[in-house]
Amino acid sequence: MSIFVDENTKVIVQGLTGGQGRFHGLRNRDYGTRVVAGVTPGKGGTDVDGIPVYDTVGEAVAATGATASFVVVPPRFAADAIIEAAQGGITFIVCITEGIPAHDEARTYNRLVAEFPGVRLLGPNCPGIISPGKCNIGITSGDIALPGGPVGIVSRSGTLTYQALHELSQQGIGQTTCVGIGGDPVPGTNFIDCLAAFEADPETRAVMMIGEIGGSEEERAAEWIKAHMTKPVVAYIAGVTAPAGRKMGHAGAIISGSKGTAQAKMAALAEAGVHVCQNPTEAGEKMVEIVRTLAG
Amino acid sequence: MDLFEYQGKQYFARYGIAVSPGGVADTVEEAVAVAERVGYPVVVKAQVKVGGRGKAGGVKLADNVDEVRTHAGNILGLDIKGHVVRRLWVEHATDIAEEYYASFTLDRPNKVHLGMLSAQGGVEIEVVAAENPDAIAMLSIDPRLGLDLATARRWVAEAGLTMAAREQAAELLVHLYRCYEDGDCDLAEVNPLVFTPDGRVHALDAKVSLDENASFRHPEWDEYRATETEDPREKMAKEKGLNYIGLDGTVGIIANGAGLAMSTLDVVNQVGGTAANFLDIGGGANADVMAAALEVINADPKVRAIFVNIFGGITRVDEVAKGVLEALSRVEIASPIVLRLDGTNATEGRAILAPHLNDRLMTEPTMLDAARRAVALANA
Repeated sequence: MSIFVDENTKVIVQGLTGGQGRFHGLRNRDYGTRVVAGVTPGKGGTDVDGIPVYDTVGEAVAATGATASFVVVPPRFAADAIIEAAQGGITFIVCITEGIPAHDEARTYNRLVAEFPGVRLLGPNCPGIISPGKCNIGITSGDIALPGGPVGIVSRSGTLTYQALHELSQQGIGQTTCVGIGGDPVPGTNFIDCLAAFEADPETRAVMMIGEIGGSEEERAAEWIKAHMTKPVVAYIAGVTAPAGRKMGHAGAIISGSKGTAQAKMAALAEAGVHVCQNPTEAGEKMVEIVRTLAG
Repeated sequence: MDLFEYQGKQYFARYGIAVSPGGVADTVEEAVAVAERVGYPVVVKAQVKVGGRGKAGGVKLADNVDEVRTHAGNILGLDIKGHVVRRLWVEHATDIAEEYYASFTLDRPNKVHLGMLSAQGGVEIEVVAAENPDAIAMLSIDPRLGLDLATARRWVAEAGLTMAAREQAAELLVHLYRCYEDGDCDLAEVNPLVFTPDGRVHALDAKVSLDENASFRHPEWDEYRATETEDPREKMAKEKGLNYIGLDGTVGIIANGAGLAMSTLDVVNQVGGTAANFLDIGGGANADVMAAALEVINADPKVRAIFVNIFGGITRVDEVAKGVLEALSRVEIASPIVLRLDGTNATEGRAILAPHLNDRLMTEPTMLDAARRAVALANA
């Protein structure tokens, strides 16, 4: 099984008529994802390579029955696009937009929680989600993922996620779902959401978790793992050598004072029984070893 | 983007927060002019983005023009923890009855805003938090609702501010929240927030950090950006649109993606090297971006070897390889380059580079191998 999406998920692309939206939207469709509509205000009635475009999310949902949206619009429009998706009946929103102001993210997140319970936002500033062989929403290259499980991946970083997929796939180890939760300070979906979903998914038998400096989501995940997780978890945390007080590329990747260091996260995870690795390669090798020793 | 104190105070003033009358001075004569204008006594304050200015001799009281000259002369050019003072803020000195602390920032775990208010100001809030956490009144603020005056009144009472200061403080906090929110601050901090013997509440210091993602709606930030970075490498990288952070090591780093770039620093460190920088070229690394990245790293005299770590996703590795060759044809690079190329079209990319490989340009099959090679070259 997969988490959050599957082969039946119908997806609209908000921003399909833009350069990025077209590129990634069509790639997702080529992968086999059911990309059923695009939404661009003022472009309703046109199409992108055969995919019909609507003016509003509401119209697109009414016409197609879509439940997921891929938001690929510039930062200044992203918060409104996310709210429009929720208002239009979408229940799973993937926003890859990088550069959304933190205050917009905080307001949007709290609006979703208060006004649209049951709607999940993935991102912003994330690579998206891929359930190999079933559904790919976002910017991950489908060809580096391998269907069939048994590994679930959850990550704050895009390229490190690709690296993890690649290392597992090369060893013949597939993935159930790979979720990029993104590198911003207010992620819509966090580690615990994904860990809980993987724990509940019978086909996922081990989880790889890729974190980085900043915030305390990894520490919270460690507490959750200790209390609830029965499946093995391998973790890698980037930024051991990152200087304090600097944003390391991602808006959320910053050590504030003594808070948010890689060392503290690694210690918390190790204490929770997670296999903490020193670099992505080691994490890949460790996961291969774990999967090979899983019975059956 | 962190602001200097004087910029923070100017930013506060835009939102109606009371600050002391003062002005900026880059020379002793300018400092004297400001002092004469605002009236003695004045405080002469070094403008550096680092804590501990007072202890380092960067904040001095002056009662007359001679003292202003002496202190301004001493402080300008002073090195405070590696930050050389080039600018002063001179303001009319304030009598202080009480010192408080106030700040707003994002509470990341709870995804709401966090206000912190304490009647024990003037010292580092981390110290108060560690020694006397009850002395800080925490206020969670729903970003949808903001901070209203009634809530602020309850808050100043809870924090135990002097009765006579409460109403003014509550109003100032509402303004400060507006500055934090409308002003797109990551942090808006006043320490100390002072209550004067003649019954006024105002901001005696300003620590403001702006969220650069909101730049598109703040044209007024351009003036802050002009004074932002002191590291010449970072200045050059910024002009070229690169996401670069200068460090002290000898291995220049180029990677695509922030996570991979961070990870590359870590791996270089693990195999005994030190990174000269963090540099994320992002997606779609073409020849122009690669040339710019190599130029910036080439300009760093400490760099002894360059590690290019690319995992192609949307970025195609053959494009990266072409970019490297094109960059090398345009720029003379002083250090040997080690590449690790993986992901989309990696085979094609390696094939493109194959005829050009030599002891100045080499590839390694894995991230670890490439890190070891680059570190060996840098340490040779």
